[in-house]
Amino acid sequence: MPNRLMPAFPEPDTQPFWEGAKRSELRYQRCDTCQSIVFTPRAHCTACGSAKLSWHTSKGLGTIYTYSVVRQNRNPAFADLGAYAVAYVDVDEGFRMLTNIVGAADPTKDIKVGQRVQVEFEAQTSGAFPVPVFRPV
Amino acid sequence: MANQARNAAIVGIYEWPKRLDMDVSAIQIKARSIALALEDAGLSWQDVDGVYDANDGEGGGGLGLSAYLGIHPTVIDTTQVGGSSYEFQAAHAMRDIAAGKCRVAVLSYGSKSASQRVPIGTGGPRGAGGTWQENMENPYGTTLIANYAMAARRHMHEYGTTSEQLAEISVATRHHAMRNPQAVQAMKDLQFQNIRDITVQEVMESRMVADPLHLLECCMVSDGGGAIVIASADVARGAKQKPVWLIGGGEAIKYRTNDGDITTSAAAQSAPIAFGEAQVKPAEIDIAMIYDSFTITVAVMLEDLGFCKKGEVGGYISGGGLRYDRKGAVTLNTDGGGLSSNHPGMRGMFLLLESVRQLRGQSTSQVPGAKLAVAHGNGGLLGGTHAGGTIILAAD
Repeated sequence: MPNRLMPAFPEPDTQPFWEGAKRSELRYQRCDTCQSIVFTPRAHCTACGSAKLSWHTSKGLGTIYTYSVVRQNRNPAFADLGAYAVAYVDVDEGFRMLTNIVGAADPTKDIKVGQRVQVEFEAQTSGAFPVPVFRPV
Repeated sequence: MANQARNAAIVGIYEWPKRLDMDVSAIQIKARSIALALEDAGLSWQDVDGVYDANDGEGGGGLGLSAYLGIHPTVIDTTQVGGSSYEFQAAHAMRDIAAGKCRVAVLSYGSKSASQRVPIGTGGPRGAGGTWQENMENPYGTTLIANYAMAARRHMHEYGTTSEQLAEISVATRHHAMRNPQAVQAMKDLQFQNIRDITVQEVMESRMVADPLHLLECCMVSDGGGAIVIASADVARGAKQKPVWLIGGGEAIKYRTNDGDITTSAAAQSAPIAFGEAQVKPAEIDIAMIYDSFTITVAVMLEDLGFCKKGEVGGYISGGGLRYDRKGAVTLNTDGGGLSSNHPGMRGMFLLLESVRQLRGQSTSQVPGAKLAVAHGNGGLLGGTHAGGTIILAAD
């Protein structure tokens, strides 16, 4: 199993997101006051400042906005991944998420901007939180 | 330019010559550089009444550095916005001097990134986790360079920009570096291979660090530092060197949003403020000193500063016009830049230093009669959270 760095808690903004990941839920927030989507998670609306936010679960489908295949990372947690693709994915519900693209035979050739992707939750030996990553559909 | 304000000028500079220096501490680099920049200006230690510090190099900010120096300022400023800290601080010094709060301001930088082997671009997550941001980023292994690479990928997707076009930035910058003895020595000390002019083809054939950015599109990691003395007009008139006037300053920040465009940087906001204050246009600029952490940083900022339209930088830089001795594009980074002269981590200092050398007529790649320069620093992560500071400088 992968050995990625884990989020660390207590940290109240993102903890509900990661608790959701344990249930294979990709969670985001919407402002009850102005209906704006809020991501990454926090306790106030970035559009109007309201503290009234509700949590929602995404269907986990999105489009690659951009990506890069990382060839060199001196952090030991990523040494075993080989060349791996980091990306921003525009998730259909209206938020852009930093993630990895997995499942490409050759990430340097098989990943494209605009590609449709689906979330999956990757279990880790490094800790209790499965990490949401995306795979081309 | 009749209404252009000339309230503050750079009157003294010093650049630390060594890029690998085992014998000094970072704060010693700062203090010694300040002393030598004051000497350059013909001013003395106790003339200093403004201390601007990015809390770098054990400096301790405006408070701690003043105590270390033994100076009693009337203004301290501890603005830390990464590589753009010095453009922000210069803008603040202009403002503070115009308001009469101080008359002689010092900005300084010292770093030991090479001798301490700091993996700035490829070190992976920077924090141990536990902040709102680290918790959303650390699991994904996004190196510093990957942020820039993702901006480059999107720029290529939207506008058809190519790696061959971006390579022109590395090629022109190396040409300038080969004319700068300190840059050549830096490449020797830091064990560069093939210390000579490079070609687009060689950039393309250098290994990929994070797609689509190749090794020769990445800045080095060096030691270094320097200092700048900014003085009020009355002090500047009596200084040893001809003043280089600070005629415009602009500051902006940008961060990633759910529908934001990462091919545009904070410079798109800071540049119009600076050019507006200076009452000059990009077409009048002789020298562009732009933070070249990576080729894409320069490409995006040439557009955002107004040298060409958004998306058209590929065509603008094709053909090598960025060189000091060629036409077709603004002259770029005549000291050799972060790509080939020095990059201890926060290059904003050197953008101002080389601007001053050009406007004094002292550059190793001198543009004859250079009158106007722009220095644009970028701090933080292009494509992510970053700050952009634009300073317009004018010869006396």
